[in-house]
Amino acid sequence: MKKTYKIEVDCANCANLMEDAARKTSGVDSAVVNFMTQKMTVEFTEGQEPKKVMKEVLKACKKVEPDCEIEL
Amino acid sequence: MNKKQKRMLARIIIAAVMLVILNFIPVSGFLRLFFYLADYLIIGYDILKKAGKGIMNRRVFDENFLMSVATVGAFALAIYSGSGDYNEAIAVMLFYQIGELFQSYAVGRSRKNISALMDIRPDYANIEQDGRLIKVDPDEVSIGSIIIVQPGEKVPLDGIIIEGSSSLNTSALTGESLPRDAKTGDEIISGCINMTGVLKIRTSKEFGESTVSKILELVENSSSRKSKSEDFISKFARAYTPAVCYGALALAFLPPLVQMIMGSTAQWSVWIYRALTFLVISCPCALVISIPLSFFAGIGGASKEGILIKGSNYLETLSQAKCVVFDKTGTLTQGVFEVIGVHHNELENAQILEYAALAECASSHPISKSLQKAYGREIDHSRVNDIEEIGGYGITAQVDGKSIAAGNSKLMKKLGITYYECHSAGTIVHIAIDGEYAGHILISDIVKPHSKAAVAELKKAGVEKTVMLTGDTKRVAEQVAETLGIDEVYSELLPAGKVSKVEELLSAKNEKSKLAFVGDGINDAPVLTRADIGIAMGAMGSDAAIEAADVVLMDDDPMQISKAIKISRKCIRIVYENISFALVIKFACLALGAVGIANMWYAIFADVGVMIIAILNAIRALRVRDL
Repeated sequence: MKKTYKIEVDCANCANLMEDAARKTSGVDSAVVNFMTQKMTVEFTEGQEPKKVMKEVLKACKKVEPDCEIEL
Repeated sequence: MNKKQKRMLARIIIAAVMLVILNFIPVSGFLRLFFYLADYLIIGYDILKKAGKGIMNRRVFDENFLMSVATVGAFALAIYSGSGDYNEAIAVMLFYQIGELFQSYAVGRSRKNISALMDIRPDYANIEQDGRLIKVDPDEVSIGSIIIVQPGEKVPLDGIIIEGSSSLNTSALTGESLPRDAKTGDEIISGCINMTGVLKIRTSKEFGESTVSKILELVENSSSRKSKSEDFISKFARAYTPAVCYGALALAFLPPLVQMIMGSTAQWSVWIYRALTFLVISCPCALVISIPLSFFAGIGGASKEGILIKGSNYLETLSQAKCVVFDKTGTLTQGVFEVIGVHHNELENAQILEYAALAECASSHPISKSLQKAYGREIDHSRVNDIEEIGGYGITAQVDGKSIAAGNSKLMKKLGITYYECHSAGTIVHIAIDGEYAGHILISDIVKPHSKAAVAELKKAGVEKTVMLTGDTKRVAEQVAETLGIDEVYSELLPAGKVSKVEELLSAKNEKSKLAFVGDGINDAPVLTRADIGIAMGAMGSDAAIEAADVVLMDDDPMQISKAIKISRKCIRIVYENISFALVIKFACLALGAVGIANMWYAIFADVGVMIIAILNAIRALRVRDL
């Protein structure tokens, strides 16, 4: 399943870091952060609950970029 | 500016004013340090905090860390050496923050610019209920509903006009500024703006499937597909930041240690200062921000001109297109066929046309449509049975109990019917009734007015080879190719033959140059996917084409093809300019910093100055109107 979330991040490098962090979160198949449109597209692994996974993703992203925000 | 940016601006102004005043107040000693430190914290507290958090989360080596180490280090050196010159540390932080603010402002502005260009999302649809108009969410309107669009409103859903006439502004979709007329019975696509009359429309698609949704989806997802240059930059940044940190560390400690071993005095403060300069220069922001911004601006500028590019990777490929392959019908020619004449017939012309039109009544092929148009009367489907369409050959059917075969010479050969060749150039539909040859109909397609100029423009834009593929006869194909100045032409191809021809061309060219295929999306979706880059023309309303192509031209003017290529070239040139400019300045300053020629002020230019120049250059990609 694929879902798109609105995000808030200020610098392009931080967006790259967020993408990296999201990809490494378990339950995430692939993640693309689009800095320009401020969107994160996440593809979840089969049978994963997106809400639960996204909580982890947010936690991981906050770790690399304390200023970022993901609208869940 | 948003709230965050305004607060930042206030901090920058306060810190800058304070810095100037402090330079005129004759305080010294501890009090002086206190004031300067206060100023430093005003401008840089958030950076220090982020750097601290980064270390706690075991993620050192980001730009906050670089800046914190550099400025704290500069402060410490000033205290240690007793010079009392704290200006440098504060200035570095100040300019870094100015750069960050400028970056976020510029990005926000161009984002807004581009979304304004693509402001085609309809907010509501009008539905009539009990004689009153009510506004509903377009998502809730089901297929077959009647919606009403008033002058000045956006058409929210695709459909057919059942009442009213008006002119439509399609500029948001096509970049074409001339209004288009629409009347009862016409198909209408969402995203146009109704300009003059009230229109009643029966919807034919749900909102999610409507043209406007498809286009928005395409544009919004476009920069998610990253180009090689973007991938290169993010990989580069990942390796680069730790590398310069270790480089700075080595620069701070190795030379003094060597000096110590050699027996001379170790110049610790000199080398640490150089290492700090090194850190400031090394910040990768200019690269990391300007490359995606260039692509974003390029794609945004192109969509303003009615050229939708599905991703930065496609923009990159398009810029390398050296060979352009066209489908003839609907791309270079209008695809509007007209019956020119009926030859070699014993029956009346009208009779032949009637049989042909009836036999082809189920086909949506442009040729069939032209036959139906020439027939000119309502088609009575009950007179036709057993229609069989043989792709690339023609049609056989039972009309009024007679077996009719209508198609090209291959069909006649297949059925073993002797036929007469036509001596004029055009598409020939041979007609056989009950196995007897009954004559042929000559149909001709009209070349689009700009086709010739478009082919010439492509050559000027650096395309080396133009090729035309068509299912049409050799004679017609060669005539068209000659008038348009096309280099190579392959005719009488079946749809599958086009794919294998493109594959042949793909394997014949060298790796670096790319092949673009331009088609109108009807019957050529497989070729669009197979080519390095597929360009679909006049795709308003054709879902298959939007899906299969990498670049969608909203207008069916062939001039748009060369424009798309020029836009992509401009954008890629800007990307390379930025990459090389940033890298050259950075490495030059790094080298100068290491040997002590560049001081902290050079470093600030190398960081913030380069970034601002790169961003301004990137925004240039948005301006594509005059290409």
